[in-house]
Amino acid sequence: MTNETRRLRDHPLVQLTLVRYREFFREPEAVFWVFVFPVLLTAGLGIAFRNQAPERTPVAVVERGAASASVVEALARSPDLLASALPEAAAADALRTGRVALVVVPGAASDTAEYRFDSERPESRIARLLVDDALQRAAGRRDPIGVADRRVSEPGSRYVDFVVPGLLGMNLMGSGIWGLGFAIVDARRKKLLKRLIATPMSRVQFLASFVLSRLTLLVIEVAVLVGFAVLAFGVPLRGSVASLVIICLLSALSFAALGLLLASRARTVEGVSGLMNLVMLPMWIFSGVFFSASRFPDALQPFIQALPLTAVNDALRASMLEGAGWARLAPEIGIIGAWLLLSFALAVRLFRWR
Amino acid sequence: MTGPASSAPSLLVRGLRKRYADVVAVDGLDLEIRAGECFGLLGPNGAGKTTTIEICEGLTEPDEGEVLVLGRRWGEHDRELRELLGISLQETQFSEKLTVEETVRLFRSFYRQGPSADEVIGTVQLQEKRAGRVGQLSGGQRQRLALACALVGDPALLFLDEPTTGLDPQSRRQLWDLIERFKADGRAILLTTHYMEEAERLCDQVAIVDHGRQIALGTPRELVASLSAEHVVEFAASPGVPVSEDGLRQVDGVEAAVRRDDTYRVRVAELHRTVPALLAELRRQGVQLTELRTHSATLEDVFVELTGRHLRDQ
Repeated sequence: MTNETRRLRDHPLVQLTLVRYREFFREPEAVFWVFVFPVLLTAGLGIAFRNQAPERTPVAVVERGAASASVVEALARSPDLLASALPEAAAADALRTGRVALVVVPGAASDTAEYRFDSERPESRIARLLVDDALQRAAGRRDPIGVADRRVSEPGSRYVDFVVPGLLGMNLMGSGIWGLGFAIVDARRKKLLKRLIATPMSRVQFLASFVLSRLTLLVIEVAVLVGFAVLAFGVPLRGSVASLVIICLLSALSFAALGLLLASRARTVEGVSGLMNLVMLPMWIFSGVFFSASRFPDALQPFIQALPLTAVNDALRASMLEGAGWARLAPEIGIIGAWLLLSFALAVRLFRWR
Repeated sequence: MTGPASSAPSLLVRGLRKRYADVVAVDGLDLEIRAGECFGLLGPNGAGKTTTIEICEGLTEPDEGEVLVLGRRWGEHDRELRELLGISLQETQFSEKLTVEETVRLFRSFYRQGPSADEVIGTVQLQEKRAGRVGQLSGGQRQRLALACALVGDPALLFLDEPTTGLDPQSRRQLWDLIERFKADGRAILLTTHYMEEAERLCDQVAIVDHGRQIALGTPRELVASLSAEHVVEFAASPGVPVSEDGLRQVDGVEAAVRRDDTYRVRVAELHRTVPALLAELRRQGVQLTELRTHSATLEDVFVELTGRHLRDQ
């Protein structure tokens, strides 16, 4: 080792940051929750909600001799329908319980039929169109326009595309708040904070070491999750890499500041856990991680939009899925920045070293 | 020692007071520690020792009083003082996931000058545990790690708050050897303890504190000599026959007699003269002895004499 690198290694900020890495990587559970769990969750959700070929819509045909057989045959030619002949009572029962979307009652004459369905049910209304189309064509209708179907699945509009930015946001929040909160409260409980301030250690450097280690771990965290989502599911990255990097950096700092604030007074790990869950739970629910925040009533929206995780998720989605530019991202970045400044200012004011 | 440097006290405390919500922790304490001296604060739990030492360390604000550390004041020269002091707090737990070397290196990085991490680890005899995790250390080894972290800045003044509490006798003796070497290096030391033996072995000056006040001050020898009786006779009597303490006090050569449950402590100046007379008196009272012991008077006896209580009563 040269003198230069030795001097650098023995710089207090480097030593403090090394301690942060050592404590993190020597705790296998923490490594799992930060790096492995989000990938597993993405994989699970991506597989569970993958877009499948549309299923055939089940319909019933009431048994009435030869008429019903020809109706079933006509419907079977449609790729979108699954027709079965049932006695009248059984057909009514199947409709009522939702096992079929519609019941066809062949008429006394071969050129009449009756459709029984509930027009409130979307799949019944679709079945009505499909069944009618199939029967009219079988009876010889010719369509005036020749059309061709081409199925497309557009990356960016699938559930996995929606959920990956949400999981990234949730992960930034969790590792920021947990990462800082537990470490600081544990050091306070062990009287290690008190011992440290009895040395000439700079308090700014102590806090900076948390920020520095968070930011470097963040690079791995984001790269692993986004890399996996892009490679395994083709999740798009339409915005600039710079915007993604800035959003992640700012979010990580903001949640780290929030973690610092939550840990500023607590004396026990149990105490700070409760506080952290209290703060994070509403955001898990309201901030649009797994489903859109717009599902909540309008009266709640001002509160929801002010939450840091909502802003983070919206910004990540706008950048990754819509390729939004800085102007479009400005309001979210403003909210995240405001949380950063507010939490940090309050944390510095409230922080107890002993 | 001569010259102005050695005559200025390493620590000067005048009229120190600190009160917490419902209790007065320190109630007008004066201390003076000269360079190269080991000063012991001796007292039971709750006597105000830790509050006093933490005020001197600049970790707690006093309500009243003056504290001059190495000629400097807290609030004026904090950064400078932090460089000059070595501190071992009561019950600090270092991060269990770090190794001994990583911990010492971390603390070393905070100081502008001082011995290398390796040297300090050698001084406290933890070379074999250098790469071991702190979580795997014994109580004595952890205390030695705490001393190592106190030494990394080559301090002129060491504050050691109960450095051997809870240790087995062998680890305790090992720590005493280390502390004696710090003294030999010319460092001033302020030590709190509730172990008599520790104060007697290590300290040049001892202040006995109780309820936040100093109740005696001197060298261990002076304090013991102040009892004007260098020996203590302890005996236990079979119950039934009450022992007359006044009777005991009238025996020639008895300085004091105190009863505690079924045991009696009698301080005497000269064992060979007084013990036979004492036994004769007990026989006269018809008392049946079940136990009889003598020892040289210690600081413990001073404490009992001054407060009527034992140091480790609580």
